[in-house]
Amino acid sequence: MQAFISAQGLVKHYGNTLALDNVSFEVYQNEILGFIGPDGAGKSTLFEILTTLLIPDAGEASINGMDIHKDYGKIRASIGFMPGKFSLYQDLTVQENLSFFANIFGSSIEENYHLIKGIYELLKPFANRKAGALSGGMKQKLALCCALIHKPLALFLDEPTTGVDAVSRTEFWDNLMQIRDSGIPIVVSTPYMDEATRCDRVAMIHNGRIMKLDTPDNIIKGYDGKLLSITCKDRQKPKALLQNEAAITSLYSFGDALHISLNNTDASTLKLISSKLEQGMDSPYQIKEVFPIFEDCFLQLMGQMKK
Amino acid sequence: MSDVIIQASNLSRRFGNFVAVDNITFEVRSGEIFGFLGANGAGKTTAMRILCGLLAPSSGSATVCGYDVATQSEQVKLNIGYMSQRFSLFDDLSVWDNISFYAGIYKMSRAQIKDAGNTMLDKLELSKYKNRLVGSLPLGWKQKLAFAIAIIHKPQLVFLDEPTGGVDPITRRAFWDMLYAAAIEGITIFVTTHYLDEAEYCDRISIMVNGKIGALGTPLELKEQFKVLSIYDVILALARGEEA
Repeated sequence: MQAFISAQGLVKHYGNTLALDNVSFEVYQNEILGFIGPDGAGKSTLFEILTTLLIPDAGEASINGMDIHKDYGKIRASIGFMPGKFSLYQDLTVQENLSFFANIFGSSIEENYHLIKGIYELLKPFANRKAGALSGGMKQKLALCCALIHKPLALFLDEPTTGVDAVSRTEFWDNLMQIRDSGIPIVVSTPYMDEATRCDRVAMIHNGRIMKLDTPDNIIKGYDGKLLSITCKDRQKPKALLQNEAAITSLYSFGDALHISLNNTDASTLKLISSKLEQGMDSPYQIKEVFPIFEDCFLQLMGQMKK
Repeated sequence: MSDVIIQASNLSRRFGNFVAVDNITFEVRSGEIFGFLGANGAGKTTAMRILCGLLAPSSGSATVCGYDVATQSEQVKLNIGYMSQRFSLFDDLSVWDNISFYAGIYKMSRAQIKDAGNTMLDKLELSKYKNRLVGSLPLGWKQKLAFAIAIIHKPQLVFLDEPTGGVDPITRRAFWDMLYAAAIEGITIFVTTHYLDEAEYCDRISIMVNGKIGALGTPLELKEQFKVLSIYDVILALARGEEA
């Protein structure tokens, strides 16, 4: 299968800071590729290069055969981009913003309404409200509509759900799946680990380099070691008790539980941990082996990077 | 029963015909980490601005640190700390200038600022970046610095508005370690977040739905009350109840 978007050896410096360090990847027509990584990893720089807003120091990239250097005009006319910062006109209404973006791309709301229908129905009650007065979730939905209204060949979304509430995020991702299924490939970045699992493939990016690129399932299968989960009333307590245990590679809070990563769960290691807990805990607790989730994998990778 | 540090009684705020905060009554106890949750547009920011003394309620009343938010808003402001995700620090001022600016606003003396500022930078291991512009620091550092500055005047209570928005999982956890440390020192934490794992880190949470408090309790109590396994499902149940 021919790649729809392709990047080869992208490099970008800001002064002495290396923002992108030889980044290569491909995106196929029917997929959502997610970029996840800490702040400053190079995600936004990558999006700006792919959307021709920034020129790389080295490397090549193309979108449906259009080259980012030579064909930047064509690329700009045919893709949809939602930057990380809210970039619609705050003093235009919802309806006006949408018409504006349809018009400058030589399209109309009527022509492509089917593409945004699912999302726009929710915005309709606020059609005459100024964009600046919308809530965070509504703003993001409007920005997605504006990026979609000219029927782009590909969508680039830089942290589209930051600051959006949990239920709205789920709906937003339901929309993205529909858009992908209509034949528009999506490149998206996110700080939310639960969203990474909704991508077809995920690229983990750190210090300007792609550390891992695979399906979420494969990344989870590649988790190195075993995981125990402890639930109890005072989460700080087992953390303090087990902090310096050599057998433990990491200890992280996960909602109402504490996840302990171990190289192995042989009998002697388990015995050591349970005896520590037996001695130190003064309230009831539960401990069990669990399967890692995506966030465990991310934390593991970041931990390895630090070393 | 511990002391009450925030007492909101039948608090409402209208903007024209729109009721942003609709007759809410709740209390926050001294020393707890109180999570203030709700969907975008549910009224969280409006409620928080009232409690910080920045916006007058249309009706009802609230006391914060013993002061009335409507009639004693200046005393309220001096007794609280506030940190928002976006506006907390000045990017084009140095680390030290940000510290002395905020500490000055809270009427700390030069000697106090020097003392508290240096202690803080030591603790954060940022001493050698004293003269760096805040804009050049990584987001994770900025957030830690913003929080430390928000409590430099040792307030009884600190309001945090989505302090971890857009932050990676490791930095978020490090940030919560700071919150726990502050809570142990006796500072009450009032925090909003869209990360539901963080909701679980709070002593009690409230969930706002269309201007009202839809649910309030410990995370475990809420899960039991709604007979679900996660806070996400509690929120979903509340949202569906609203539609029905």
